[in-house]
Amino acid sequence: MSLWVDKYRPRTLDSLHYHAELTARLRALASSGDFPHMLFFGPSGAGKKTRVACTLRELFGPGVEKIKIDQRVFMTPSKRKLDVNIVQSNFHIEITPSDVGMYDRVVIQEILKEIAQTQQVDLNAKQRFKVVVISEADSLSRDAQAALRRTMEKYMSNMRIILCANSTSTLIAPIKSRCLLIRVAAPNEDEMSRCLNEVAKKERFDLPPSAAQEIIQDSNGNLRKALLVLETLKMQSPDLTGPLTIAKPDWETYCHKLADMILQEQTPQRVLDVRTKLYELLAHCIPPDVIIKTISNRLVDNVAEPLKADVIHWAAFYQVRMRLGSKKIFHLEAWVIKVMSLYKHFFYDVDLTGDFED
Amino acid sequence: MFLKPQTKKPEAAKHTVDPALQPWVEKYRPKTIDDISSQDHTVAVLRKTLQSTNLPHLLFYGPPGTGKTSTILALARQLYGPANFRNRVLELNASDERGIAIVRDKIKNFARQTPRAATASADGQVYPCPPYKIIILDEADSMTQDAQGALRRIMETYARITRFCLVCNYVTRIIEPLASRCSKFRFKPLESTSTLSRLSYISSEEHVGVSNEVLQTLVDASGGDLRRSITYLQSASRLAASTQPPTPITSVDVLEIAGVVPDHVILKFASRLGIEPSGDTMDIDMSTQKTGFDSIREEVRLLVREGYSGTQILSQLHDLTIMHPTLTSRQKARCALVFAETDKAFCDGGDEELWVLETALRVHKALAA
Repeated sequence: MSLWVDKYRPRTLDSLHYHAELTARLRALASSGDFPHMLFFGPSGAGKKTRVACTLRELFGPGVEKIKIDQRVFMTPSKRKLDVNIVQSNFHIEITPSDVGMYDRVVIQEILKEIAQTQQVDLNAKQRFKVVVISEADSLSRDAQAALRRTMEKYMSNMRIILCANSTSTLIAPIKSRCLLIRVAAPNEDEMSRCLNEVAKKERFDLPPSAAQEIIQDSNGNLRKALLVLETLKMQSPDLTGPLTIAKPDWETYCHKLADMILQEQTPQRVLDVRTKLYELLAHCIPPDVIIKTISNRLVDNVAEPLKADVIHWAAFYQVRMRLGSKKIFHLEAWVIKVMSLYKHFFYDVDLTGDFED
Repeated sequence: MFLKPQTKKPEAAKHTVDPALQPWVEKYRPKTIDDISSQDHTVAVLRKTLQSTNLPHLLFYGPPGTGKTSTILALARQLYGPANFRNRVLELNASDERGIAIVRDKIKNFARQTPRAATASADGQVYPCPPYKIIILDEADSMTQDAQGALRRIMETYARITRFCLVCNYVTRIIEPLASRCSKFRFKPLESTSTLSRLSYISSEEHVGVSNEVLQTLVDASGGDLRRSITYLQSASRLAASTQPPTPITSVDVLEIAGVVPDHVILKFASRLGIEPSGDTMDIDMSTQKTGFDSIREEVRLLVREGYSGTQILSQLHDLTIMHPTLTSRQKARCALVFAETDKAFCDGGDEELWVLETALRVHKALAA
């Protein structure tokens, strides 16, 4: 018994629900024989991975669905051992190099060389090349990206690379110029409701339009989230009528509570309280980027109009600082204190424009 | 042992028998240095070295897709011919391990070998085959400072029998002592005319019907990067040929492949920020325009949901603002400051949604002031 998200995930290009034009494009590419390197990008839950899987199936046939999971050990130049999980079939291999942090270059080099130097042995295979799928390509380090560059050209004859990323901003230009960029936009409301209804039909229940509407609003273009919410709601109340309460994840409510705390009181004592809560969030592995975004989103809903721009400005400022630095909590705290002081000054009517400009 | 990477190459090449399936970037890589588009100055100098068969250490630098790697490969091929290419040229790039150990070991070993006697080439042509080897260090800007330092002495000691060619994007990342040992060549972004002629040559070779207008769009979308425009051309032709019935390539296809945000989307976004659409684009509905915080946030959210990349939005917004006919210079300057900061943030791993929103708010503020 698997989750609906997995159970009803489209397996072939024909069964994809939306972006018909993109599907036609992918089919054309898969059938033309000279398949390029590709870079899929788009917001999460838009269906990037699903499309990659469907394209692979179109390329190689049902054989790609026979996958095995390997754990491989890599050795860094400084003799440190790295464990990496690798998903592979006879035709493709899937890696998430960013799992190993700053050592991702070693993994990329080893795996790509290995794949590139072995020929396809299966004579019945539809394609001569193998495909390497690299997920979370936007968190690859500069070194790892540089390692990809010439390899992508040199070993083109027996390997293709498919990169999956949320944004292309952190990818270096030489990589982008070697790939065919494929944008996967989030589905719009009609498309989402069509998907939800289809799942409902297959599970043999009726989905009231009002419930569908509410789920779509909540998920903000993330189809995976929408389907998960649908399944949860169905568990809670089988007939899906009456007032629905879409449960927010714990960390989200926690973040909202934090935002309210910041606005209620601006004292050193409160800073300490906030600090323990932030630590708690971090200890539960909530990414600091998500924390700062969620809190700032909540904050701007509750502060006066002139302050909103400032809150966003400093959130953006400290978010980058956080990426550059190594200790996340410092920057989160600095931001919280900044917001508190802005808020307090605004109330006591002190002009802060000079602070904002520099 | 150090010849391993080289021996792999012809084997791999043997298996790629079908040239129709080759990427055009590889297929139309220049075979001789006379084929190099643009870069007249560099080519002129290199042609001289081909005649005199004397070569200084080289340092090629310039933006991606301007032909740096192609030039040195073509030059090496012309110097040695296919028979000697393998044992005379060592090509290392960032995908190879290039720490200080490799420099001391692999590079030094190769550098100090006396070049083998030139074998007669099979294709009957006469190659100059000068008595030195070439080591190509591709993407040299990703080498560590230490590794570069270790190269210094090697370059001088074995200069008689080995020449180095460093290829990089950013010359500032090459340490000064290395740079001063090389003659530097800057590769300019290609002029649109030479990109255009190369593209039309390829399209006629491949029998792809493509109008001049579409070619121009390709050139504009790739910004002087020839490799990128060839990749786009190939993808576009592939897509156009596979639809039933085959259709000619349109500019819209090209823009979609290049990931360019459509004009009407950008104009709508810009008008939310208070940049009045200029001239002929007055058909946008101005009545619903409001410019509060919430409307901007909503607009940004929609843009991000569509999956457009932050850098693309930024560069198009930048073009729109800077070229705008009615904004004052002061306003443009303020906006430029914002764009610069955001670009830096994107490079440092700034969150897309947060930073697009931040840019939008600050541009809005800069224009209102």
